Amino acid sequence: MTHPILEMRSITKTFPGVIALEDVNFTVKQGEIHAICGENGAGKSTLMKVLSGVHPHGSYTGEIIYRGEPVSFNTIRQSEEAGIVIIHQELALIPELSVAENIFLGNEQKGAFGIDWTAAHEKARELTRMVGLDADTRTPIKNLGVGQQQLVEIARALAKNVELLILDEPTAALNEDDSALLLDLLRDLRAKGLTCVIISHKLNEIMAISDQITVIRDGLCIETMNVNAGDVSEDRIIAAMVGRSLDSRFPPHTPNIGEVFFEVEGWTVEHPEIPGRLVAKGSSFNVRRGEIVGFAGIMGAGRTELARSIFGRTYGRYLGGTIYIDGEEVKLPSVPAAIKHKISYVPEDRKVYGLNLLDDIQTTVVSADWKKVKEHGALSNSAIHEAGEAARSALGIKAHSVSVNVATLSGGNQQKTLLGKWLFPEPELLIVDEPTRGIDVGAKYEIYGLINELADAGKGVVVISSELPELIGLCDRIYTICEGAVTGVVARGETDQEQLMRLMTGVETHGAFTQTTISTESNEGR
Amino acid sequence: MSEQMEPVLAAAEPVAEPSNSRLRAVFGPVGRFCGARSRELKETTSGGARKFGMVFALLALIIFFQWRAPGGVLTSSNAQTMILGNSFILVMTMGMVMVIIAGHIDLSVGSVAATVGTLVALATHESTAVISGWGWPRWAGVLLGLAIGLSIGALQGFLVAYVGIPGFITTLAGMMIWRGVGMWILAANGSNIPVPYEMRFLGGGHLPDIWSRSVFNLNGTTLILGVLGITLVVLGEFRKRATAKRLEGKAPLLWISATRTGIFVAVIGYLTWLFGSGRAGTGFPVPGVIILVLAAIYWFITTKTINGRNVYAVGGNKHAAALSGVNIKRTNFLVMMNMSLLASVAAIIFVSRSWRTGLADGTGWELDVIASVFIGGAAVSGGVGTVIGSLIGGMVMVVLNNGLILMGVGTAQTNIIKGVVLIAAVAFDVYNKVQGRPSLIGKMIDGLRPKKGDEATLLDKAAPVA
Repeated sequence: MTHPILEMRSITKTFPGVIALEDVNFTVKQGEIHAICGENGAGKSTLMKVLSGVHPHGSYTGEIIYRGEPVSFNTIRQSEEAGIVIIHQELALIPELSVAENIFLGNEQKGAFGIDWTAAHEKARELTRMVGLDADTRTPIKNLGVGQQQLVEIARALAKNVELLILDEPTAALNEDDSALLLDLLRDLRAKGLTCVIISHKLNEIMAISDQITVIRDGLCIETMNVNAGDVSEDRIIAAMVGRSLDSRFPPHTPNIGEVFFEVEGWTVEHPEIPGRLVAKGSSFNVRRGEIVGFAGIMGAGRTELARSIFGRTYGRYLGGTIYIDGEEVKLPSVPAAIKHKISYVPEDRKVYGLNLLDDIQTTVVSADWKKVKEHGALSNSAIHEAGEAARSALGIKAHSVSVNVATLSGGNQQKTLLGKWLFPEPELLIVDEPTRGIDVGAKYEIYGLINELADAGKGVVVISSELPELIGLCDRIYTICEGAVTGVVARGETDQEQLMRLMTGVETHGAFTQTTISTESNEGR
Repeated sequence: MSEQMEPVLAAAEPVAEPSNSRLRAVFGPVGRFCGARSRELKETTSGGARKFGMVFALLALIIFFQWRAPGGVLTSSNAQTMILGNSFILVMTMGMVMVIIAGHIDLSVGSVAATVGTLVALATHESTAVISGWGWPRWAGVLLGLAIGLSIGALQGFLVAYVGIPGFITTLAGMMIWRGVGMWILAANGSNIPVPYEMRFLGGGHLPDIWSRSVFNLNGTTLILGVLGITLVVLGEFRKRATAKRLEGKAPLLWISATRTGIFVAVIGYLTWLFGSGRAGTGFPVPGVIILVLAAIYWFITTKTINGRNVYAVGGNKHAAALSGVNIKRTNFLVMMNMSLLASVAAIIFVSRSWRTGLADGTGWELDVIASVFIGGAAVSGGVGTVIGSLIGGMVMVVLNNGLILMGVGTAQTNIIKGVVLIAAVAFDVYNKVQGRPSLIGKMIDGLRPKKGDEATLLDKAAPVA
């Protein structure tokens, strides 16, 4: 168990103008789970691309020893033939094809006459059983949840006789349950002799599952820690990742909370395509000035749906409920109406719902409120430029100019640009949906700081997040949502992850919310 | 940003140091140098790689035909012919580029133009034994044409935006339906309706002389137009420098401003001479003036109005646009309606010049128009394209058509060559954009477009959360 399956020696990879990897040594032992940590842009993905042949042999210096022999992969296919398989963060599955078709895509089970589908499904069933996927192999991928899709990816890797499985952010899109299942599966596979390399931002998971942790920063291999030796802590990993010690993952903040100014009562919304299915069931909540309110819930519980149905009814069909701002009832039937009432919603998944990736920074910043950059009846380039510059300096967006395309920015800077876009209309209530997904620790800290500053300025902030430690660390109050219903509300310092989890899964209800109808059609949630 | 927001933002100074400060320390000077170079280059060209490339392609084509084509392309009469014979295509590119930016396509423009042209001719023609004309005044005929274009556009726009039928299908059907309607009306009126001679001014007229050409051989109105253009260019450059100075604390380098202005002034001056010094009674064509006016209007709409920017937002990422308060349906409706309106303008120009309407009017126009827009830098996936770029793309097609005719190349070969040029233009761009390889222009103008991976991700994830 102790001899290495993979040794990468003195890997140096340069792109024009940038050294992406510099003299990196990386050794993975047979049968271990080896985690790679590092901030976005540190070089983790580049290292894995060098290994898998995406960056072909010759485009880097250094050598790769795999199973005792030097190898030189020029294509992904070559590395896969050698048993090295990467599962990328953005899953490479085809939604319209079935589980079995996806598992054997590019690796089809050939019979005497074309593809032998009987054999394919048989093998696929075996593989899905092995990864614990409870779905028919004829189900189209699009009907599966993200967690199940992740399992299909692993089954697909197993079908290729994988020896070294590399997972890039495997749990980024998963809820806590699915994440736990996936981690269990990886432990099982390790027990069966599979070697795993896992790239992740979620330090608690890494701590829970890995045997060794390698930290990469600025293209350098900082250190490799042996988790089983016992002296590894999340703080030590973070310190290695950011190159300095962070006292805490959350900036210190003393809340200064005022009166309730935003209230929602009995909010009821129907799913846009499935009549009769409610995504919000008489939900009520309120936000006070200067308060940071969290929405906790498992994926599909209806947090985003609630927020978006309030924000200009951009989700579902409104059935009932009232919104009060400063005690007065308001109607927000459209996004412009919501913006006019000083509400902003920073969507989840910035590349899909937040940004036009063709735009530059300055255009993105003004794109939710063009009226503010109008001069003499025409859009003013200089006003747009000034707005972009203001956001860049205020939010610390790192780019050499505001005419840089947002697609070229790192995740953290994209997220800051998106925040800038939604701060530009000067909201009183800011709803942020998964504000730190897929961004590095340093950028997260900056985003938390910004949310605190907004609260200190007397704004109300609603934070929707799937990361419970984030909600607990950041929020003054947390509402839990389960299958469209608000199941509880807890204050800062009065809760822990276990209690939140019980509330989120409807096992427990809390406080004034015991009367709230808890759904009996619990199988309808996805 | 107002005072209200300042305390929040001002307090939110970056908490953490840039994590790659070590790298910055090493590569800072190089990065800064490269950045400065590419910015300078952008200042001189102020456009995307493909537009930039297309200007050179256009110049290369002109030089090639000037050298190879008998008599050359750069004569007064040929330049006038190029504009007169192709103005209807150029008019439609300005609508098509907006349709394509929004992520749709309009195949019906030629057929819409045929129907409109036929009805304009019918309305303005006296009633005879064969032709049951309505004998309307010419201005009423023009207004009717525009109204019909608008109505057809509203219908197609409604189907695309509010019913949700893809633009490709809607306008494919429109292509058949309006072709049929036009032919039907025409066939019932002898298959050939003359257009009043007086309307010729719109499609085939020239700017008038204001002094005797035997005294000074330059068309007076064309000269005024040229001087106006040069004045605008010079004033615009001064304004640009002033803005840059205010925003960045320094104006662009003087030689850059001077060179850029000099090039534009020289080009306009040359074109003034080219168009103005032909036969007496000829000058810059009236349809050319229509194109210039429309170009100014549509440039303004696409760059300086919220509705125009919304078209880019819808085409770039419609989920993000919807969450930013863009009325997607209305935007789609307007671009589709506008396209048919411009098709009716093109039809009026076309029938005015050709004096009559015939069964083949408008056949294949959509292909030339769509090709022009893609040559001019638009992307099939939407979100990318400019009015000016499309006009340059249109001019590439025009010069190509004209030069090949002058060289005596047949229609069959001309079609093949045009197809190859379209593929080459788009391939050039795709190569630059996707491969990210160190190509001349793509390397110097950094970060103009996202990598293909991002677009793919966007499409993969485009399904709504539920």
